[in-house]
Amino acid sequence: MRRFKFMAMTAVMGGVIAVAVGCGSNDTSNSGKGNEAASNQLKGEVITDGSSTVFPIMEAVAEEYMATQPDVKVSVGSSGTGGGFKKFIAGDTDLANASRPVKEEESALLDEKGVKYTELKLAFDGISIVANKDNDFIDSLTVEELQKLWIDNGKVKKWSDIRPEWPNEEIKFYSPGTDSGTYDYFNEVILEEKPMVENATLSEDDNVLVQGVEGDKNAIGFFGYAYYSENKDKLKIISIDNGKGAVEPTHETIKSGEYAPLSRPLYTYVANKSVAEKEQVADYTQFIIENAGELAEEVGYISLPEEEYQKDLDKLKELEK
Amino acid sequence: MKLINKSHVAKKMPARLAVNTICKGLFFLATLVGLLVLAILFYRIFTQGIGSLNVDFLQNFASRKPEEAGIKAALIGSIWLMVVVAPVSLLLGVGTAIYLEEYARKNWITTFIKVNISNLAGVPSIVFGLLGLTVFVRALALDRSILAAGLTMSLLVLPVIIVAAQEAIRAVPRDLREASFGMGATKWQTILKVVLPAAIPGILTGGILALSRAIGETAPLVVVGIPMFIAFLPQTVMDTFTVLPMQIYNWTSRPQEEFQQVAAAGIIVLLILLIFMNSIAVIIRNKFQKRY
Repeated sequence: MRRFKFMAMTAVMGGVIAVAVGCGSNDTSNSGKGNEAASNQLKGEVITDGSSTVFPIMEAVAEEYMATQPDVKVSVGSSGTGGGFKKFIAGDTDLANASRPVKEEESALLDEKGVKYTELKLAFDGISIVANKDNDFIDSLTVEELQKLWIDNGKVKKWSDIRPEWPNEEIKFYSPGTDSGTYDYFNEVILEEKPMVENATLSEDDNVLVQGVEGDKNAIGFFGYAYYSENKDKLKIISIDNGKGAVEPTHETIKSGEYAPLSRPLYTYVANKSVAEKEQVADYTQFIIENAGELAEEVGYISLPEEEYQKDLDKLKELEK
Repeated sequence: MKLINKSHVAKKMPARLAVNTICKGLFFLATLVGLLVLAILFYRIFTQGIGSLNVDFLQNFASRKPEEAGIKAALIGSIWLMVVVAPVSLLLGVGTAIYLEEYARKNWITTFIKVNISNLAGVPSIVFGLLGLTVFVRALALDRSILAAGLTMSLLVLPVIIVAAQEAIRAVPRDLREASFGMGATKWQTILKVVLPAAIPGILTGGILALSRAIGETAPLVVVGIPMFIAFLPQTVMDTFTVLPMQIYNWTSRPQEEFQQVAAAGIIVLLILLIFMNSIAVIIRNKFQKRY
């Protein structure tokens, strides 16, 4: 009896495992059906990781690529621009997605490891500064005012500190986390490497920032354009005056570069060695450049002018030689 | 001779009964808080996610379009992960517990080991992720495979399993062991035929908790470098994969409102998988529990 029960248990456990494994293999045989259609089938892996801002574009590209090359296994990670570069430096990945250009110390490490790489631009994003919907006094800010707002001066900041006619109430700050490229970019252009206000709420999840600003009358925050454009009715956008009049971030002003200095390009960095040695990486990279513009628009970003993609393609051609 | 002062007892009675009732109410309230939060969570998740939950959702890979997004890769990935974690962590965990409780001499070294195991249970999961990245992914060159991630997760849940198994083994009455020895059984025979069957309900309870944690954990997998998006299924334990909580996290961080619904549907799938796993363990547990 005892033995029977032990065997029953083993059988149940074994059954579960068999079902699990069985599921896996069944599904793969189904998904492999599209193979016959396309010609020049490639195989192998393409490993990409990096910015969570760029992730939706890369996910879209990978999704489309699977339809043409089902045997190439593309994986897209989302460990942040900095995290992506760390893996790129270690040689774990073929492509590093970034929402800011590579930093000096990162490129020094890449040189040290002998990793040669090529920078490719994918799309534009406009970092949008937003306030609460009920905020009726703020319409635009100059870059200097932005700096006054966000750079830490050791004191609690009130709206009246920025412009005397504004209310004497404490400002609540919402910012992306320090691991994100969005923070890095803001840090470089606005904060100019000075510390950010101490009581800012930092979050790696931009939806948390949206909710924070939405629920707090004295809030101000910033994040990628896609998060603003999906929540237009819940937030108030602040135009930015860079000395040439206040400009609101829109599709047009970001694309033309008029929305400055907070328009930023999104990048992917490809390892030259991967392109030269792995046919599937070369093919995939070309596919990225050819489709990034259109797919970026679909997921809420802004495509680059056509000649930028042509430049990227030329760079890639150089590598393949 | 009066041993009990009846009037004194009668005077105290209402107060004692009142305290009794208050305590009962208090503990009921404590239970209710947990249940209520769970109910609200269920309500929210189900009303949000049920619309996106259909056969296509289970059969599609993730997509940039919320209406086409599916959970296939993550669901199969999570099951694969369990295939590695369950046997590795249970075998190692129960093995360690048997050694510590049955074989090891009670001296300061074993005490030291036991204290450390308990401490390990409180180490943040991200630390295990770093360990996995250094040891399994890089040093043993397992890459970002199911095996590497599974071994990392096994280490993460091992302390919980060991402690639970130790408690369960310790709770087996001495008489049972002595009776077994008295019948001429060896130590191993006693452990296999007497101690383990009696301890299995407790071991499984710990095992369920541990595996539930492993299936819901994201942080160590992010560190190990498990991707968030793949559109293929793993074929062996050496392939890369993604898991349910990472896929859900990915969806909740999207700007589009529709992805929140897809995320809720993903949470429902994760809940169902958890309930399924737990019920298997409960069935096995009940089978063994009847015997004592």
